[in-house]
Amino acid sequence: MKEWRYRLNERRSTLMAAGIFLVMFAIYVSNHPAGLTANVVQTAANKGVLLAFVAMAQTLVVITAGIDLSVGMIFILTNALASWIVLGTAIETAFGVIAVLATGLFCGALNGLIVIYGRLQPIVATIATGAVFFGIALLLRPFPGGSVNEELADIMTGKIFGTVPASLVALAAIVLIIWVPFSRSVIGRTAYASGSSETAAYMSGLPIRRAKFTAYALAGLLASIGGLFLTFFTFTGEAALASGNAYTLFSIASVVLGGVSLFGGKGSAIGAIFGALAFRTIGDLLFVFDFDPLWQPLFQGVVLLVAVSLGAFGLFRVRNRLEWFG
Amino acid sequence: MSNAAREEPVSSLPKFVRRLDPAIATAFGCIILLLIIGSFYSTSFLSPEYLLQQLKVASFLGVIATGMMIVILLGQIDLSVPWSVAVGGMMACAAAAYGPAGEMLAIPFGIVCGMAIGLANGIGVAYLRIPSMIITLATNAVAQGLMVLYTGGFSPQDSATFAMRYLATGFLLPGIPNAVLIWAVIGAGTVFALTRTTFGRSVYGIGNRESAAYLSGINTRRIVLIAFIASGALSAFGGGLLAGYASKAAQSMGDAYLLPSIAAVVLGGTSILGGRGSYLGTVAGVILITLLQSILSVMQMPEAGRQIIYGVVIIAMLLLYGRGPANR
Repeated sequence: MKEWRYRLNERRSTLMAAGIFLVMFAIYVSNHPAGLTANVVQTAANKGVLLAFVAMAQTLVVITAGIDLSVGMIFILTNALASWIVLGTAIETAFGVIAVLATGLFCGALNGLIVIYGRLQPIVATIATGAVFFGIALLLRPFPGGSVNEELADIMTGKIFGTVPASLVALAAIVLIIWVPFSRSVIGRTAYASGSSETAAYMSGLPIRRAKFTAYALAGLLASIGGLFLTFFTFTGEAALASGNAYTLFSIASVVLGGVSLFGGKGSAIGAIFGALAFRTIGDLLFVFDFDPLWQPLFQGVVLLVAVSLGAFGLFRVRNRLEWFG
Repeated sequence: MSNAAREEPVSSLPKFVRRLDPAIATAFGCIILLLIIGSFYSTSFLSPEYLLQQLKVASFLGVIATGMMIVILLGQIDLSVPWSVAVGGMMACAAAAYGPAGEMLAIPFGIVCGMAIGLANGIGVAYLRIPSMIITLATNAVAQGLMVLYTGGFSPQDSATFAMRYLATGFLLPGIPNAVLIWAVIGAGTVFALTRTTFGRSVYGIGNRESAAYLSGINTRRIVLIAFIASGALSAFGGGLLAGYASKAAQSMGDAYLLPSIAAVVLGGTSILGGRGSYLGTVAGVILITLLQSILSVMQMPEAGRQIIYGVVIIAMLLLYGRGPANR
């Protein structure tokens, strides 16, 4: 009878992220000179989905109580790669897309191998692999350039039936294809369990290693989907250290805004997606309020700082000071 | 556990070869290997002038890695290094625009700005219990935002003062660059603080198990706060020296120091989980990284290759001796 209350409670952080996004977007649209038109939504969606894909990637790893500081670099690397090979006839383009996604999957799997079987700390391991991925991206695209199959790019960045942005549909499709099966499978449940308590998960006989490996590999795949979309939007590839780092940073911010616990075991990719869309909208708010664009990095930094500090409210519930140290 | 660091770096090397940590021995072995490889590429590689020049370049990384090491010993990490370095350099140069008094206070002002970043990190980690890599990433973003605003919104003064140039490139003692002297002084101070003071013991204690350190009466939150402030100050000081070396400050000047500073500490045998490591190892790590960079530039390796080799070397060496325990 009270089943819905449990379900509501379970999804509270996701719903909160969705709520924050809707409020932000409402403020944004009502102050936008053009108002709520299909074009405004399309532009916002196209900017938002890039971060949403990377945030989704970060979520998978964060759920296992790890962190992937190379997602931004996988994103940049696959962008650079896509600007070389997603070209030509339909078949060539299809193979190009597959190769780009496989590269992302491989990069993620490499992270997983090093972290799980090499037993290195995720943070140092992924900073180092991030440097490698960035180096390869630099080899591929030392200067901005390249191109992409324009027909495909137009389809993916356009509107379906003149109203719904195709990029949002693609995002929803990826959620259905990757996130929903993952979160409902044994592997996904194990990822949550090992993020919550690895020892307990191990004692219960769950396949921890396989689950963590899958999480890292899928994170690479999702980041490469983001990289592919970046190529669709910009028609170029570019190895830029700054934007790679920015995407890594913003993915963590989105995850936090989306109610995913950085200590692992809690949260959903849907929340992180809304977190990403909200974070992007917050950045765009400065423009509709006519702020100098120079304020944007500071504003985003402060939002990030406030978002990560919100977790500190948990300290008010601490009864024993030893709980400080987890 | 940290007994290997009881001596001053370099000067007393022969005495404790017997007690040398395997990680430090490996790092020094790699340094010798790199020197041999380098001498194949260029005959001047082993000349005293060239090696002294390398040591001078290494000292900037050495100062920055010192702060990183203290934080890593706690079991935390400081990812705000890139923009702490930039803030240190840029704010020191900015202060120089305010007449002779500003020029005198340039370096201290830069350091104070770095300490402010460290203070924010320390409050976040010690009192708000935010994971250090998250809060330091956030303060890094805020520092970047402030600097973008500063350089874009106001007219920046970006040339270094005479004092900064002198500290980075001058010679107080004939033959020994000032930067090396500064690193030696900071290194000696750090060795003293880590091995002879309560602060140092507490740092190792907290790194081993924070709750145990707390129960044994250590004010763990204050120690963590101080460590992060020290890290911010040292990063900013490193930035000031770098600005003096290049005689100007630039926005992205710190980006090239995050990975090397972590790598230098970890390659020197300090556990990334905290509680274990010695300053001598960090010195070895810093020299190792600098020589690696130097050889790659002698080989005229493009930036892409350097990034790849960096990442691969760090992962390979970590796999050799930086692995975590198997928890089953």
